[in-house]
Amino acid sequence: MPLYEHVFLARQDLAQAQVDALAENATKIVEDNGGKVVKTETWGLRSLAYRIAKNRKAHYVELDLDAPAAAIAELERQSNINEDIIRFLTIRVDEHETGPSAMMRRGDKERGPRGDRGDRGDRGDRGDRGDRAPDFRAREEEVE
Amino acid sequence: MARAFFRRRKSCPFSGKDAPKIDYKDVRLLQGFISERGKIVPSRITAVSSKKQRELAKAIKRSRHLGLLPYIVK
Repeated sequence: MPLYEHVFLARQDLAQAQVDALAENATKIVEDNGGKVVKTETWGLRSLAYRIAKNRKAHYVELDLDAPAAAIAELERQSNINEDIIRFLTIRVDEHETGPSAMMRRGDKERGPRGDRGDRGDRGDRGDRGDRAPDFRAREEEVE
Repeated sequence: MARAFFRRRKSCPFSGKDAPKIDYKDVRLLQGFISERGKIVPSRITAVSSKKQRELAKAIKRSRHLGLLPYIVK
């Protein structure tokens, strides 16, 4: 069976327990259709880069699936109907990542990706992009 | 004369060993390849190889769809 990564965004005003219930529901759909969930990863409540269905934040959940195409079709159909799920993305992958995804790794290595960019010195004028990012988000909130 | 404008050919940040893997979930990495306005930076500036640029563009677009990156910053 092909491997998939399924990420969905749940409405911001749901409680964590309700989000877990959504993930469980998705797991059930996949298993009922002859697939299995390899890993479930909750990214928690993250702020969105832009408003989606009037939400400024959303609960992110990622499921790593090993399922037939029919299960994915059913999962996507039900996700479309469910109003608590504001967005989802399913992509086929050649292999699942082992260990936590890039999203979870962010915290533990402070300024990690920038460290191994030593050879890009001559791009000086746009060096500190990562540091500027939180800044424009702050500004955006002021406008709201 | 032309020497004054000579620049060392930058190598693609995604080739070679221990290069980062392009992944739509790695927001921190992708953020380095979008402009302040949220646009994808052309590879002639970032020196990403064309194969990797295609991958990168796809990853950024997926990331945008999930609200991890902005389509535009006003």
